[in-house]
Amino acid sequence: MSAALQTAGLCKSFGALAVAQNIDFTLPHGARHALIGPNGAGKTTFINLLTGMLTPSAGTVSLLGQDITKMRAHLRVQRGLARTFQINTLFPALTPLEAVTVAICQRRSTAYDWLARLSKRRDAIDETYALLQSVGLAEDCLRPTKELPYGKQRLLEIALALACKPKVLLLDEPAAGVPRGESDDLFAAIAGLPDDLAILFIEHDMELVFRFARRITVLVGGKILREGSPAEIADDPQVQTVYLGSPRH
Amino acid sequence: MSHSAIDTHGFFRRQAAWRWPEALFWLALVAAYFIFPGNLVLISRILVLGLFALSLDLILGYGGIVSLGHAAFFGMGAYAAGLLSAHGWSEPLSGLLVAAAAAGLLGLATSFVVVRLHGIALLMVTMGIALVLHEIAQKARDITGGDDGLQGIAVAPILGLFRFDLYGHTGFWYSLIVAFLCFLVARRIVHSPFGLTLQALRENTRRLPAIGVSVGRASATIYTIAAMLAGIAGGLLMQTTQQVSVEVLAFERSAEVLVMLILGGAGRLYGGLIGAAVFLVLRDRFADLSPQYWYFWIGLILVAVVLFARNGLLGAFDAIMRRLRRSPS
Repeated sequence: MSAALQTAGLCKSFGALAVAQNIDFTLPHGARHALIGPNGAGKTTFINLLTGMLTPSAGTVSLLGQDITKMRAHLRVQRGLARTFQINTLFPALTPLEAVTVAICQRRSTAYDWLARLSKRRDAIDETYALLQSVGLAEDCLRPTKELPYGKQRLLEIALALACKPKVLLLDEPAAGVPRGESDDLFAAIAGLPDDLAILFIEHDMELVFRFARRITVLVGGKILREGSPAEIADDPQVQTVYLGSPRH
Repeated sequence: MSHSAIDTHGFFRRQAAWRWPEALFWLALVAAYFIFPGNLVLISRILVLGLFALSLDLILGYGGIVSLGHAAFFGMGAYAAGLLSAHGWSEPLSGLLVAAAAAGLLGLATSFVVVRLHGIALLMVTMGIALVLHEIAQKARDITGGDDGLQGIAVAPILGLFRFDLYGHTGFWYSLIVAFLCFLVARRIVHSPFGLTLQALRENTRRLPAIGVSVGRASATIYTIAAMLAGIAGGLLMQTTQQVSVEVLAFERSAEVLVMLILGGAGRLYGGLIGAAVFLVLRDRFADLSPQYWYFWIGLILVAVVLFARNGLLGAFDAIMRRLRRSPS
């Protein structure tokens, strides 16, 4: 059976600056895979290449065995590839109920329906509420997004991605900026994601990485440095050098 | 499923429910016929330009698409209905349908360029499209009549029964009914699933593709619908005044409709209608005071509204009502 997501020889350059270099990467079905690396390693660029927000200079991206390299971003989502953003990218004036309803209407092919009453789409509204409940946002679902605490906004990021019913979910630093007091709900939401969903997440919080990842890829300078189990990565001297610096002689 | 603590269905139902100020607004327009019988032409003009501003509200207030060339569709509608009439087809209702179709086709054709742009580039391109049309209309004087206007326009009685008159009685009711029906369509759009998608488009064009929505399709759809409504407004102006000249395509038209919407409050459905009423009544009064400098006062009011009531007159009204409700009685 083909991988959930795969890249072959993926490259991206901005002028002379190569930000992704010949990346061969495979994400199996149901994976819990972390992508780590120092700042500027090209992690978010890699996610942007996968999701179609950037066009690769060379190489291919395949989703569920289908080449999606030239497919537009929204069509990739419709085929099962969803993402969250490192910096909250939400709909500030909309409530979580409204925002997630847009995503669910889109999945149900009613997002462009301009003659129906929204209040009559009871199934979509119920599905939205159930999803918000599952990530712990039910109580806040009628508050404008801009008024939600940061941790709740991070949860809404995940809820919006899940509303697309993805087969592959890319989480770009889901815990970034979340205060300790608000991180429990976030960790619970990530732990509760369906087993058959393939997840690739970028994270700097090593506690989160070692808690959830079954495989880790280390990216440095736009290239894959190492890939292995958490134990292999933790013991790898090259990875330690990248993170802790060269030992002094 | 009804959620005992949080009424999610009721949330959307309440958003779409008719409120008493809305009923009052439309009843006031009906009452205006009896209270201001000497101003029916002005009120008809308010309804026509209010409809034009409402069409702009759909793209700007709801979709977040700014335009400085919305007169292109208004003018296209006016000329489509006018040319039809000048060439012997004087039935007004079908004239409005042709106006909507012609403006809608122009909207659809130009949407493919417009949906790819943002900010200043979008402003320039929308303005440029209207300017190009204006110049084409100027050059094609044999067809459009140029500044002198189209010759030979005759509009038949509505439904064969109601003849347009000099005092604007028929024009008033015709404008009111057409504006109300178009308003109902706009209101339905705003409270539909697509209306919610539009609000998401206004809020964040970057996030929308990441939930599977095509920004291009959503933008092109609302742009075309808004063009059709603007075309109907143009056709209505032509039919109620029985004249059309290249002035309907002028940059001033696009600028004025934007001013009307900002004055009234964008993204509120009624902002365009209220803005058109305020703008035209003030222009009427200020023109009496100083015929050459009335724009000075309009400009001053616009600056005051933008500085002190960012969401327009309706936004200020909402804010006052909220404060009154919050303050203890």
